Amino acid sequence: MADFGDVQLHIVTGKGGTGKSTVAASLALALAARGKTVLLCEVEGRQGIAQLFDVAPLPYDERLVARATEHGHGDVYALAIDAESALLEYLAMYYRLGRAGKALDRFGVIDFATTIAPGVRDVLLTGKVYEAVQRNARHKNARVYDAVVLDAPPTGRITQFLNVNSELAGLAKVGPIKAQADTVMTLLTSKRTAVHLVTVLEEMPVQETVDGVAELHKAGLPVGGVIVNLVRPQDLDDDARAELLAGTADRTALRKALGKAGIDADDAVVDTLLAEGRDHAERRGLEDEQRTLVEGIGVPTYELPKLAGGADLGGLYELAEDLCEQGLA
Amino acid sequence: MKATARLSPMTSHPGPAPVLDVDALLDDPEQRIIVCCGAGGVGKTTTSAAIALRAAERGRKVVVLTIDPARRLAQSMGIEALDNTPRPVPGVTGEGSLDAMMLDMKRTFDEVVESQASPEKAQQILSNPFYVAVSSSFAGTQEYMAMEKLGQLDKDARASGRWDLIVVDTPPSRSALDFLDAPERLSSFLDGRFMRLLLAPAKGPAKLMTAGFGLVTKAITTIIGGQTLTDMQAFVAAFDTLFGGFRARAQRTFELLQSPGTAFLVVAAPEPDALREAAYFVERLSAERMPLAGLVVNRASVDPDVELSAATATAGYEKLRDAADEPSRMAAGLLRLHADRKLVVEREGRLRTRFATAHPQVRTAVLPALPSDVHDLEGLRGIGELLAVRDARAEKRA
Repeated sequence: MADFGDVQLHIVTGKGGTGKSTVAASLALALAARGKTVLLCEVEGRQGIAQLFDVAPLPYDERLVARATEHGHGDVYALAIDAESALLEYLAMYYRLGRAGKALDRFGVIDFATTIAPGVRDVLLTGKVYEAVQRNARHKNARVYDAVVLDAPPTGRITQFLNVNSELAGLAKVGPIKAQADTVMTLLTSKRTAVHLVTVLEEMPVQETVDGVAELHKAGLPVGGVIVNLVRPQDLDDDARAELLAGTADRTALRKALGKAGIDADDAVVDTLLAEGRDHAERRGLEDEQRTLVEGIGVPTYELPKLAGGADLGGLYELAEDLCEQGLA
Repeated sequence: MKATARLSPMTSHPGPAPVLDVDALLDDPEQRIIVCCGAGGVGKTTTSAAIALRAAERGRKVVVLTIDPARRLAQSMGIEALDNTPRPVPGVTGEGSLDAMMLDMKRTFDEVVESQASPEKAQQILSNPFYVAVSSSFAGTQEYMAMEKLGQLDKDARASGRWDLIVVDTPPSRSALDFLDAPERLSSFLDGRFMRLLLAPAKGPAKLMTAGFGLVTKAITTIIGGQTLTDMQAFVAAFDTLFGGFRARAQRTFELLQSPGTAFLVVAAPEPDALREAAYFVERLSAERMPLAGLVVNRASVDPDVELSAATATAGYEKLRDAADEPSRMAAGLLRLHADRKLVVEREGRLRTRFATAHPQVRTAVLPALPSDVHDLEGLRGIGELLAVRDARAEKRA
């Protein structure tokens, strides 16, 4: 049973460089493997999804990026949301502004509202995500999703981004934008939403994750899990790592073992392997300290390996399988 | 663990890219500004601090403007919490000096307002809810204010002679380009038709209320509410007299960035996203005629200099992984590490080659990955040495 089986909106955040987009894409694939039809959204204009799935840049339109290949799996669609298109769609949908809508654009208001007016941009972006989550069979010809995964802004900005309500407070006190923000907030603070944080086992990202969870809690936003990404291989046990660090590993025995595997190791190779082992042991020691901090946060944690070849499309499916096995999806 | 302990000889592929001579850049007295830019999470702030320290210890009088540094990094410069005022970093050796500061964007914005307007008018602006929101949470403000601060520092440096080199870290924006676009966006915002429209009813006669504007205000009132529009108009009206000053300052900073005394260092990690971002930036700099010094590839994996391929190591790992005896298990673990490392080095090499092929003129320095974050001045110094170490090796080869 998945840990977040009832969640409809998975929001994935993380510090830059932790692989949040890769994790978001893998989570979308994992949910699809559970039979769900999934929409994967990005809001930062980076076209990260298109690059991960190796497709042409995404328009403001839902596109199929991963078709179900096995029976019982669902499709994954993707959407790149930009504030300008979201605003025009919003205006067309709710106000039928017609001439005034065109005038807005002509007078630079669209530009103004989406780049300058604080908070409005975030309301528009989350508003579109909200629309995709809320869509149901009553909407004619609309594709209905079982789950939406949002590749969200980084940890340092996530609470501000999601807490659209308070961002607008003091600014737009009344009016439809405010009403829209309130509705979006109802979904974002409900049990139907989970905010997952991606980190790597290094000091700064872990500290940001700890701070991020505290901020999300304070804002009443539901924290999901912490996904520890880019985890190093765990083949060497405690004893082996201690020996490598102390420089007491048995060279002769190691050379013999390598010989059994058909590798005729000279001194240079043995030295290199031991040096690599020592570096690794040192880093693992530092990582373990960070892992203790992550576990201390008190939310479910998941671990994804560092793929030596990089997270290409094949890699995404591997990571998705790991997420399924560990119960995130 | 100090970063210097990792000063092992670098044996990574020399690569096709020309080598960036960091020390020559730092020693050039004509070089007054170094801007470190790149995508988020590539180690820009640490790189800026390390470069600033190295320059100072080579005799320059340096100020480094950091944006949101990690607590540890601030501490490593001997300053518990950096703020908007440059403070001397203790422990710097040699003739030079190093001051460090952290951008406080709201404070900087407030100062600009206070310096440009009468006290009453400044108060009026500072308490306007629209100003409070723009100055503290608007996503582009950090970039505007970093530029503003750079302009101020440059002016101070020229006037007082306190500094002869300014090293600037750039905000962790979505895209490295945001930093360059900030002044232009500010100018076009201030010159925008909408801004002028907002101003019109506040000061002009009623005939300026065109039919178009009526429609627009009606639409805005419908969407964001009348009170917001009133706040905005009050803000714009109060701000009006400052606009000219803002625009002129933004323009001056932009020109400063184009001057030959400025050098841009693009920082990237050897990842496709970060290098793509770096490529955009390199192209953009050349389009804007801004001087690019080179690329710093951070967190690179170092090639283990032995004849043991990834494929052989992987095959060995697979043979030994299920063995029960300790030496075999250790051998398996080590072979796996070696294979992974070889693969990573190959992949990074491919990515760097691709970049170098597309941008053959870009000088490059490669920094090996460090096992931990920097904790002290010694760690920063170690990074500076690593940045320069490639040059020494290149000379040896030549």
